[in-house]
Amino acid sequence: MSAAVHEPEPPEPRDNYLTSAYGVRSWLLTRDHKRIALLYLASINVFFFLGGLFALLIRLELLTPEGDFVQAETYNKLFTMHGVTMIFFFMIPAIPAVLGNFFIPMMIGAKDLAFPRLNLLSWYIYVVGALFTFWAIVHGGVDTGWTFYTPYSTASSNSHVIATAVGIFITGFSSILTGLNFIVTIHTMRAPGMTWFRLPLFVWSSYATSLIIVLGTPVVAVTILMVFAERVLHLGFFDPALGGDPILFQHLFWFYSHPAVYIMVLPAMGVISELVTTFSRKNIFGYKFVAFASIGIAVLGFLVWGHHMFVSGQSVYAGLIFSILSFLVAIPSAVKVFNWTATMYKGSVSYRTPMLYAFGFIGLFTIGGLTGLFLASLGVDVHVHDTYFIIAHFHYIMVGGTIMGYLGGVHYWWPKISGKLYPEGWAKFAALVIFIGFNLTFFPQFILGYLGMPRRYHAYPEEFQVLNVMSTAGASILGVGYIIPLIYMVWSMRYGRNAPANPWGSTGLEWKTTSPPPTDNFETPPVVTEDPYVYSHEEVEVVG
Amino acid sequence: MADAAHEHASAGTPPGALQHHFESMAQQKDAASLGMWVFLVTEILFFGGLFLAYMIYRWANARAFAHASLHMDIALGTTNTAVLIISSLTMAMAVHSAATGRRRLLIGFLVATMILGAGFLGIKAVEYTDHIHHHLFPGPGFHYPVPAEAKPAELFFSLYFAMTGLHALHMIVGLGILTTLLLMARRGRFTPEYHTPVEISGLYWHFVDIVWIFLFPLLYLIGRHLH
Repeated sequence: MSAAVHEPEPPEPRDNYLTSAYGVRSWLLTRDHKRIALLYLASINVFFFLGGLFALLIRLELLTPEGDFVQAETYNKLFTMHGVTMIFFFMIPAIPAVLGNFFIPMMIGAKDLAFPRLNLLSWYIYVVGALFTFWAIVHGGVDTGWTFYTPYSTASSNSHVIATAVGIFITGFSSILTGLNFIVTIHTMRAPGMTWFRLPLFVWSSYATSLIIVLGTPVVAVTILMVFAERVLHLGFFDPALGGDPILFQHLFWFYSHPAVYIMVLPAMGVISELVTTFSRKNIFGYKFVAFASIGIAVLGFLVWGHHMFVSGQSVYAGLIFSILSFLVAIPSAVKVFNWTATMYKGSVSYRTPMLYAFGFIGLFTIGGLTGLFLASLGVDVHVHDTYFIIAHFHYIMVGGTIMGYLGGVHYWWPKISGKLYPEGWAKFAALVIFIGFNLTFFPQFILGYLGMPRRYHAYPEEFQVLNVMSTAGASILGVGYIIPLIYMVWSMRYGRNAPANPWGSTGLEWKTTSPPPTDNFETPPVVTEDPYVYSHEEVEVVG
Repeated sequence: MADAAHEHASAGTPPGALQHHFESMAQQKDAASLGMWVFLVTEILFFGGLFLAYMIYRWANARAFAHASLHMDIALGTTNTAVLIISSLTMAMAVHSAATGRRRLLIGFLVATMILGAGFLGIKAVEYTDHIHHHLFPGPGFHYPVPAEAKPAELFFSLYFAMTGLHALHMIVGLGILTTLLLMARRGRFTPEYHTPVEISGLYWHFVDIVWIFLFPLLYLIGRHLH
C-alpha cells in the first residue's frame, strides 16, 4: 500500500500527538482517538492487574486441599470478581478499545474515528461502570459467579449484585459506542483507493467484532435490567416464585456471553494475522478466506449459545442442534490457523517478540479450540461440565488467545504508539516466561477436570493436590511474566531508543507516517494504490 | 484542513458545520445517518430481550395473559396510539421543513411533535396511576381478582410495566432531543444543506413510535375476542 508520500522516511512533523498539547485537560478532554486509546490502555491495565490479584488469591487457596487460606464465602467472591474484572473490564475492551481505537483510523487512512466525541464518552462511560464495580468490590464484593445465574442472583445472594450489575450494564454501553464508531468509521472514512479488500485483516476482524458488540451487548444490557427490576422492584421475570423461568435468563445471558468470547478472541486473531504476515515477510495466505472467516465466526458465534446449557434442562433436541452448530465454528477458526501456518511456510520467519506471541497464540488457541470440540460433544460435556476441564479450556482460548494477541499487538505497535523501542532481550524473555507460566498453570487443570475436580469450590480431595500445586506454581510464574513487560514498557518511554517510522518493514498505512504520528495521523491524506500486504515482491530492510 | 473544508462545503453550509476529520459534508452526513441506523439496531435488540420474554411467557400462559390484558383501558390505549402516529407525521413534516429551509414551519412542527409526545406521556401516567390504584403493580401489593390466574397475571403486568416503562423512557429522551433541536432551529442552525440532526432525530422518533405499534396489540388487544 503506498501513500501519496513516497519518501522512505516521512518528513519530521513539528508536533506529534503526544507533544501537541500538555496538561491533564489536554488528555481528559481530548477527542484524538490515539490519546483516548492511551486512556483506555491505562485503565484496562488497572483492571488486568486487579483481576490478576484475585486469580493469585484463588490459586493460593487451592495450594492445599483444605479451605485454610479463605472461607468458602470469600472464595466465591474471589472467583466472581476475578471473572467480572477480567471479562468485562479487561478482555472485552482490551484490543478493540486500545489497539483498535489507535490503529483502525490509521490503517484506513482517516484522521480520526467517525465520532470522536462519542469515543471520548465511551471511555468516561467505561470509567463510571468500572467505579460502580470497584465500589462493589471494596464494599464486600459479589458472590454469584460472573454468570449471575437467577434465581440466586435475584432472590438469594446478599452480596453487592446490584452495584456490580449496574457497573457491567454501564460498561456495556461504552462497548456499544466503540463498536458503533468502528462500523461507521470503516464504512464511511476509508481513504481514496482503500477498497474493502484492501483493508488490513486487523480491520476486518475489528469489523466482525463490532458487529457482535452491536448485536449482542444490548441483549445482555436488557437482561441485567430485568435482573435489576426483579431484585429491586419485584417484577417477576426469572424467579419461579414470581412465575418466571430461570432458564430464560440463561438463554438471554449466553446469547451475549457466548459471542462475547469472540469479542475477545476475534480482535486477537486480527492482530495475529498482521504479525504473521509481517514477520514471515510473505503475503498472508488466502486473504479473503481469513477476512470472511472473521465474519463467519461472528455469524456462527450467535448460533451456539446453547452449548453452555447442555445440563440446564433445555430440550435435548435443542442440545443436539447447538452441538452441531458448535462444531461448525471450528471451520472458520481452523481456516485462520491453517492460513497463518501456510503464510509462514517458506517465509523468512524472524523471531522477534511480537512473532513469539503469535506462535504462542497459534499453539494455545489450537489446544483451546480442540478441547472446545470435546465440549461441543454432548456426551463428553455432560461428563466434564462445571469441572476444571472447562476452566482450562476457556483460559486457553481467552488468556492464551486474547492476552497473547493483546501483548503481541502492544509490542508490535509500541514503537508507533510511544515513538520508542522496547528492549528486545527482556521482551523475548518475558514472552518465554509467560508461555511457560501459562501452560504450567492451565494444562494441569485439563487433567484435574477430567479426573472430576469441580470448579468453584475452595476445597478439594487430597489426591488432586500435586496438579493443583503445579497450577499455582505456574500462576506465580505467569504473574511475574506479566509484570516484566509493564516495567520495561514504562522504562522504554523514557529511556528507550527512538523508533523509526517503520521498524519492522511493514506495509500497512500506519507505518507510512512518523512514530509517534501527528495528531491528524498523516501529513498529507494518503491515497491507496496497492493491496495491504505487499511483502512477497520486495526486499525490506528490518531496522531496530 | 480549513481550506479543504471550505473547498468542499457548499455555499449554504453554516460555518463550523463540517467537523475537521471529515473530507466533505456528504461524508459527514453518511456517517451520521449510518451511526443512527446502527444505534437503532442496538435498540431493536435491547427491546428484543423483553419481547422474547413476552413471547415465551404468553405462549406458556395464553389464557391468563388474554384475561390480564382486559384490565387495560382500551380507549386510552387507542387514543395514545393515534397521538403517537400523528406525532410521527408532524416529525416527518419537521424534517421536510428543514430540508426545504422553512424555519418557522420547522419550529412549529417540532413544537407540535413535542406537545403530542408530552400528551402521550400524560395519558400513560393516567393509566399507570389507574393500575397502581387497582393493585396491579407486581410485588407484595399485587392483588388480582382471579386468584387462580394471579401468578401469570403478575408476570403479564411485570412485562407490561417493563416494556411500556422502557418505551416511556425512550419518549422522555426523545423529548430532550426535540428540545435541543428546537433551540438549534431558533438560532437558525439548520439549512437545506445541513439539517442532519433533524433528520436522524426523526429516525429515532419514528423508531420509538414503531415500538409502541408493536406494544399496543401485544398488551391491549390480545383479550378483545373474549368480550
